[in-house]
Amino acid sequence: MQAGLKMKMFSAAIVFGFAMTIPVIGTAGDTIKLGVAGAQSGDLASYGLPTVKAAELVVAQYNAKGGINGKMVELLIEDDVCKPEVATNTATKLVTDGVDVVLGHICSGATKAALPIYKEAGIVLMSPSATNPDLTQSGDYPNFFRTIASDDAQAKTEVEFAINTIGAKKIAVVHDKGDYGKGLAEFAKKFIEESGKAEVVLFEGVTPGAVDYTAIVQKIKRKGADAVIFGGYHPEASKIVSMMKKKRLKITFISDDGVKDDTFIKVAGKNAEGVYASGPQDNSANPISVAAIEAHKKTYNEDPGAFYENAYSAALALLNAVEKAGSTDMAAVIKALQTETVETPVGSIHFDERGDAVGVGFAMYQVVNGKYVPVK
Amino acid sequence: MDYFIELFFGGLTRGSIYALIALGYTMVYGIIGLINFAHGEIYMIGAFTSFIVATVLSIYGFPLLAIVVIAGLAAAVWSSAYGFTVEKLAYRPLRKAPRLAPLISAIGMSIFLQNYVLLAQTSDFLPFPELIPEFAFMEPVAHVVGSSDLVILITTTLVMVSLTCLIKFTKIGKAMRATAQDKTMAVLVGINVDRVISATFIIGSALAAIGGLLIASHIGQINFYIGFIAGIKAFTAAVLGGIGSIPGAVLGSLVLGLTESFATGYVSSDYEDVFAFSLLVLILIFKPSGLLGKAETKKV
Repeated sequence: MQAGLKMKMFSAAIVFGFAMTIPVIGTAGDTIKLGVAGAQSGDLASYGLPTVKAAELVVAQYNAKGGINGKMVELLIEDDVCKPEVATNTATKLVTDGVDVVLGHICSGATKAALPIYKEAGIVLMSPSATNPDLTQSGDYPNFFRTIASDDAQAKTEVEFAINTIGAKKIAVVHDKGDYGKGLAEFAKKFIEESGKAEVVLFEGVTPGAVDYTAIVQKIKRKGADAVIFGGYHPEASKIVSMMKKKRLKITFISDDGVKDDTFIKVAGKNAEGVYASGPQDNSANPISVAAIEAHKKTYNEDPGAFYENAYSAALALLNAVEKAGSTDMAAVIKALQTETVETPVGSIHFDERGDAVGVGFAMYQVVNGKYVPVK
Repeated sequence: MDYFIELFFGGLTRGSIYALIALGYTMVYGIIGLINFAHGEIYMIGAFTSFIVATVLSIYGFPLLAIVVIAGLAAAVWSSAYGFTVEKLAYRPLRKAPRLAPLISAIGMSIFLQNYVLLAQTSDFLPFPELIPEFAFMEPVAHVVGSSDLVILITTTLVMVSLTCLIKFTKIGKAMRATAQDKTMAVLVGINVDRVISATFIIGSALAAIGGLLIASHIGQINFYIGFIAGIKAFTAAVLGGIGSIPGAVLGSLVLGLTESFATGYVSSDYEDVFAFSLLVLILIFKPSGLLGKAETKKV
């Protein structure tokens, strides 16, 4: 009786299994499904839409060559408005639709929320823009990759520059108390202390929008700092450099890509001269980057938006890995991502075991004659 | 000791900045008992007006002094027009309404004016031209007190003194004091209360506009949101000093500015606001009407 029931259940399971798998095999045989998830509407849409365009261009390019291993690439585009609670729905929808690999998500918070769903479904995810260090460093998400350097990489670039190039011995680390600025400042502090070559003489947050930064500037002066590392955005940065000038404090000011913005130079004017800021590496000499931007201009009649090159690179890397792996199986794709080097707009890259792209990083820029120029 | 002096002057400048805005709050409160939350926005509009006028004039190559004077006047006139209109549209119809109604109306005006400037101008930060030049005679002490600090300190003192004289010795000042004491009685003795209130808004707005010009030139940047934060701090200062009192507003502002400066200098700028507001709470516990405020006696 019991054996008979087991037998029946077994055969039922087989039948059921066939019923489930047959249609899946049917579609999977036709196309490779590349999911694109991120903010495509709402106030952060400008961060997510360029990724959709990059994916469209890369997919068109692959399909024009006859697809991957004889299969055409199909796009599944889903919006997560950069909200973690929406991102889990987006991820579930993509998984249900049978997605093979996913380009996205855009914001760190949304990415973190969606990752467990993809991990369970055995799907590789690659973000062009999620910079939260934990995503790769926690080791929780073997299926996560990114083509942008993490926040701590930026702090590391700044600290190495301050210590090795400027030769700073006493560094004041100031931030704007925000997630981004404070996060960066904390990493900068950690790296300075680990280096043993310089000391952190001041670590403090300023209130954004306060009418006057005289006191903090006087304090930086009193602590005898020979360089300031500021984590935050350009409005505070321009107030601080202007106040430093007013109080006759002549020390190096180093900041981040929240300051590497032309608005900073416009607002701070001549006080901006000589300020250093880190920012994504300059790819303008890379022919693939030039071609990718040209393709965008030709197809959409406008200049590409935020993270376009990172997204273009991620799409290339994902499809290349699927091609080299010969399947969309998670383990095979991960192995291909780690071993196969691919030529992309952000350079010749492969991925380390944590999921960060090797060869993608930050560079230092300096304001010279009202323009940011790369520091040689 | 040098460090103490640096922080002291930093605090004085900051306090004077608050004072230029706090005076408007305290005047309006003294007369009609309304917290005019739109006052910070009037200050912001003053800064934008002087920005536009100064930019246009410098294109035509006017000398700096002329630019400062014309831009200051234009900002004062334009902001006064706004202050006058805001009072007429948003507060006057509610004068007989319960106290909460004009307060909500004031918050509404504040939000409206912010968004109006956001739409009409820009959401970006704009570089404000340096209207106060670096005086050569200030160079030896520039690392402690800069030229713009000096101008702000002097202006605040002048404004406070002339405002006190205006209220003490002129006819309109007398009418203001009468209105503040008892509105009904003032009407009965033949004072045009509406006109007095309008005049109060006009004077307060003109002061805010001049503050806008000086402060923006000191900081070097403006956007539509500057009025909100400056307004909150100035309001705190006015309450600290005793809202309704003119010397109180200045004293409260200086105390607040100095507290913030010393808190940053000797403790941490992370705790700047914590110290400022703890001080406010402490003073209000021991002296509920503020440093120089008159204790309100219940009228029976």
